[in-house]
Amino acid sequence: MSTFWSIWISVIVLGTIFGCWWLLWATRKSQTTDTETTKTTGHSYDGIEEYDNPLPKWWFYLYMGTCIFALVYLALYPGLGNWQGLLGWSQHGQWEEEVKEADARYSEIYAQYGNTPIEELVADPAAMAMGQRLFANNCSVCHGSAGRGSIGFPNLTDDDWLWGGDPETVFTTIKNGRHGNMPAKGTMPGMTAEQVDQVVNYVLSFSNRARDEAAAEAGAQVFQQACVACHGVDGTGNQALGAPDLTNNVWLYGSDYEWIEETVLYGRQNEMPAQGGRLSDDQIHILTAYVLSLSSN
Amino acid sequence: MSTINANVTYNYKVVRQFAIMTVVWGVVGMALGVLIAAQLVWPQLNFDLPWTHFGRLRPLHTNAVIFGFGGSALFATSYYVVQRTCQARLFSDKLASFTFWGWQAVLVSAVITLPLGLTSTKEYAELEWPIDILIAVVWISYAAVFFGTIVKRSTPHIYVANWFYAAFIITIAVLHIGNNMALPVSLFKSYSAYAGVTDAMMQWWWGHNAVGFFLTAGFLGMMYYFVPKQADRPVYSYRLSIVHFWALIATYVWAGGHHLHYSALPDWAQTAGMVMSLILLAPSWGGMINGMMTLSGAWHKLRTDPILRFLVVSLSFYGMSTFEGPMMSIKTVNALSHNTDWTIGHVHAGALGWVAMISIGSIYHLIPKLWGIRAMYSTSLINVHFWLATVGTVLYIVAMWVNGIMQGLMWRAVNDDGTLTYSFVQALEASWPGYLVRFLGGVIFLSGMIVMAWNVWMTIRQKDAVAVDNVAAQPA
Repeated sequence: MSTFWSIWISVIVLGTIFGCWWLLWATRKSQTTDTETTKTTGHSYDGIEEYDNPLPKWWFYLYMGTCIFALVYLALYPGLGNWQGLLGWSQHGQWEEEVKEADARYSEIYAQYGNTPIEELVADPAAMAMGQRLFANNCSVCHGSAGRGSIGFPNLTDDDWLWGGDPETVFTTIKNGRHGNMPAKGTMPGMTAEQVDQVVNYVLSFSNRARDEAAAEAGAQVFQQACVACHGVDGTGNQALGAPDLTNNVWLYGSDYEWIEETVLYGRQNEMPAQGGRLSDDQIHILTAYVLSLSSN
Repeated sequence: MSTINANVTYNYKVVRQFAIMTVVWGVVGMALGVLIAAQLVWPQLNFDLPWTHFGRLRPLHTNAVIFGFGGSALFATSYYVVQRTCQARLFSDKLASFTFWGWQAVLVSAVITLPLGLTSTKEYAELEWPIDILIAVVWISYAAVFFGTIVKRSTPHIYVANWFYAAFIITIAVLHIGNNMALPVSLFKSYSAYAGVTDAMMQWWWGHNAVGFFLTAGFLGMMYYFVPKQADRPVYSYRLSIVHFWALIATYVWAGGHHLHYSALPDWAQTAGMVMSLILLAPSWGGMINGMMTLSGAWHKLRTDPILRFLVVSLSFYGMSTFEGPMMSIKTVNALSHNTDWTIGHVHAGALGWVAMISIGSIYHLIPKLWGIRAMYSTSLINVHFWLATVGTVLYIVAMWVNGIMQGLMWRAVNDDGTLTYSFVQALEASWPGYLVRFLGGVIFLSGMIVMAWNVWMTIRQKDAVAVDNVAAQPA
């Protein structure tokens, strides 16, 4: 902040403390007695009178004590504008210190598994217990504590993968995150309401769901134009693009007509946040094994 | 030195109106509190409806108790005290009447808009901009009536109770207008004029002074009249009242920063908020000492006078929560307590123990005077209320202390590999017994308010109870 504001802040902070301090001293100094008295100030308000008793001594010292504490604290810590404090403390510095300490303390625990192949980690109960804790802390808020996901959040136990289920791909997904993008009406922005109805019925036919057969037949052509670029001619999707397989029973959003219609009409945006900045590669390695273990049974 | 002016009459009508609404909003606001406490125990009580959801009823609870119950008590007592201690009729009967109906309109608007989900999302300032404007107009009218009365007083000096009421009225006006500056986009939607951390600091500048001035300075004004009056003793120390008044108001406005420890708020503002909060201990205790010591020589009255018990116990809770507050403002303590139920417990130690109890005591003192009779319908019912209020408050606070410290410890517990030991849901599950005890405490406190409503009703419908609007100045 500018020097002006720095001085401004210092003056009003210290002014408040010393102003009250002065009032405290002045009031004590002008006391007519040191002991309890029955002398009043002479005023009466609706029959209420006021004694001219001195400030209680313990209270006076309590007040002085807190003021002195405040002044010492303001010398040691940042409080008076740009003054950084004699201890050089800042909340950001404290945070960095704590992160450094935690890294020093915990990184070895994870490093011991860093080079262990995934198949071995899956079979190692100690590593999986660690993976379970990492998952509970970092993943369960979206994917659920058992990894079963919910609407919009993939189920990790079903061995169906949007982006691929080999260890390297899962590691990349966790570390860098993923952005899923289904454009509204696919690659056919001019899709009419009738065509939307047709293509939804066609999609329903892949997994043999209740549908309007005539509309579904007409929908095949719409699908060719609007959807095949990502979902493929046979609707089995493309893991390179994160495009879901439409022929199985796994649905990230709902599987009935209304849900699919909404997906076609408005598209979907989905974000798996990158964990790379928060978790070390060793931790992500263990998490990869844990995630794969969820669907290996 | 008696300066009673027999030609002056007092406006008791507006005092009576606000006194009755204190009881009404007390029952309504606390019943809402009991409902949302029950929702935390049995989530089914949200009824799966948006209008009855915890997230919408919680601000309605806080608005109804702070501005409905507390606000009505402050209006009632300040209008009563300023007239009697200044020996002057209110500056304007019409304006005073406007503040009553205007304030009730604000509260009814809150009851309608908050369940509908219309909110500016600022805590204790949730009401949308048209209602905020009405609040500002009512508040400025309130200031005109209050200060107008001070100006036309026939006493040479201004009594200490009025200093506190005056500081409360001015500060709340400034902070209400400052914090609610917003750009309206439609009749019921606006965006704050401030952005990011500035907005947060403005909000807690207001938020903490809703506590410091609305719920503390105003009620200290109440204390300075009703405690010496009910005890029939002189105020302990005029000197102490001078020092603690100026120190309290000069320091309280700084304290808001302690709500934003370890946030994007610059370090200096957090530190200033913390040290001022610590300094606040002594000025706060100055008020407690002055109230408590006023009773010296009159302690025996506690045996027979449950109204005095309310007033004294409220001062004890005030002393306790103003010790707890500075402790919680210390960064390292706050790192444990922040976002836990400890904060809720601390607020209610002040809200139930201090604010509600001093208001209840003062209203019990006021009601018979406003209807020209000697005493409340039943003194033993006041005593029943006193015990219900005390037991309810203690259960509430203890449950929240236990929950808060447990949550803080569970959230920070880590395993040997640095992962968190407990998930949020586990801490929530562990809080269930505390939520149940808190609910019971709330039910007990609310039942006391219902006893009060009954007692007030029976008092004012007695044959010799007459609502007198214009009372000649005479010793109360």
